[in-house]
Amino acid sequence: MRHLLSTRDLSRDQAVAILDIAEDMADVAGREVKKLPALRGKTVVNLFFEDSTRTRVSFEVAAKRLSADVINFSAKGSSVSKGESLKDTAQTLAAMGADAVVIRHGASGAPRVLASSGWIDAGVVNAGDGTHEHPTQALLDAFTIRKRLHGEASRGKDLDGVTVTIVGDILHSRVARSNVWLLTTLGASVSLVAPATLLPVAIAEWPVSWGYNLDAAIDSKPEVVMMLRIQAERMNAAFFPSAREYSRQWGLDDERLARLPASSMVMHPGPMNRGLEISSNAADSSRSTVLDQVANGVSVRMAVLYDLLSGTSDLSGTSGVNA
Amino acid sequence: MTARPVLQAADITRALTRISHEILESNRGSSDLVLLGIPTRGVVLAQRIGAILDGIEPGTGSVGSLDVTMYRDDLAKNPTRAPGRTLIPAGGVDGKTVVLVDDVLYSGRTIRAALDALGDLGRPRAVRLAVLVDRGHRELPIRADFVGKNLPSGQSERINVRLSEIDDTEGVTIE
Repeated sequence: MRHLLSTRDLSRDQAVAILDIAEDMADVAGREVKKLPALRGKTVVNLFFEDSTRTRVSFEVAAKRLSADVINFSAKGSSVSKGESLKDTAQTLAAMGADAVVIRHGASGAPRVLASSGWIDAGVVNAGDGTHEHPTQALLDAFTIRKRLHGEASRGKDLDGVTVTIVGDILHSRVARSNVWLLTTLGASVSLVAPATLLPVAIAEWPVSWGYNLDAAIDSKPEVVMMLRIQAERMNAAFFPSAREYSRQWGLDDERLARLPASSMVMHPGPMNRGLEISSNAADSSRSTVLDQVANGVSVRMAVLYDLLSGTSDLSGTSGVNA
Repeated sequence: MTARPVLQAADITRALTRISHEILESNRGSSDLVLLGIPTRGVVLAQRIGAILDGIEPGTGSVGSLDVTMYRDDLAKNPTRAPGRTLIPAGGVDGKTVVLVDDVLYSGRTIRAALDALGDLGRPRAVRLAVLVDRGHRELPIRADFVGKNLPSGQSERINVRLSEIDDTEGVTIE
């Protein structure tokens, strides 16, 4: 694999292979020396044009555990705030010898521009672009689901037949998009629940079912309920009347939590708006995988960086993990 | 060129039995012994030696696996390899006598990687090396403590180890 731009590019075998490598990476976290020498001498640049805590820190920890050198670059406090273009920034990083660029950008498609422009010869990892995709988040969600379902016997398994309900702002959610493609590739059946104003127009072309009623979705006893954050920064129109009404209709409150089967998982990509899309009890219950997701994020990002950077760099194209 | 058999199934069993006795002898018993196989076939061999040790002195033969993929010095020169599994027995490796087990000893680079990997897991009292076949051509100052068969070979020749747990057949051939 040369770049990771979208979970749409991943085949089932490639996705399972990354999740399997992540299993091995997870074992490292439990050791006394939490470090592998695999990427010694490689340089990973975290290029963040949008705010982020967990994704940036997670990529940083992942790269450091693989012994790569990490350069953090955020748009605030850099020449980008003086008006430098993506092209000039990329060429500057290329001149400094970056082997991989982890990019988060407010514009959908920015990582693909970076990967295909020829400005820089580094592997590109999409860490969230606009309302397009967030592939490592989907991979860590799939990893978390698989780990909860199969435990130690997770290796080699896909998510065949697992029912996943994703609830909330689908329209603006890159997490939802990446998850839809990845989870369906892995064999899960995905349904989306949202106010009609927060479902994208093109949803009919997605391999999913959808609805507007969270109570009906909960009564169908999904194995996984994934709550999405209401992104205040993207609420630039009247998508729903008030926060309180949203919470009543589409929030996972205590009463809905009680109606979920005991074995169901409650996921949230974070950061959570407690009391809005998810109640505190739901977020802190034993069914919640929120903290697992953060911990697994490091393992999955290690697997992605390892896959992108460990082999010979002249293997261009989208060859598979074992290629 | 056709493959010439070097060891049959019975020869492998005999070699492993001898190695097991030698391990016990050099360790003066079976206390604090940890066998770590190097994936893929080293793990099978370690399990077999563990079973033999268990037959000689019940309750011994703590077996695990040690993946060395991340520690290889040729990682950047080959296409990305999928790593194998590292499983360390519950007692850990600190203060133990660790016996690394692999199928073929050749350049010694895998064992160098294994020593690095082991160093990140703890501090064994001693590390020994058991191999089924030693084919020579070392590129590093490494030697095996327990050898199933010394097999002088040309660098152009290939040694194939087949074990029934992984392959359909069992035996060692040279071609």
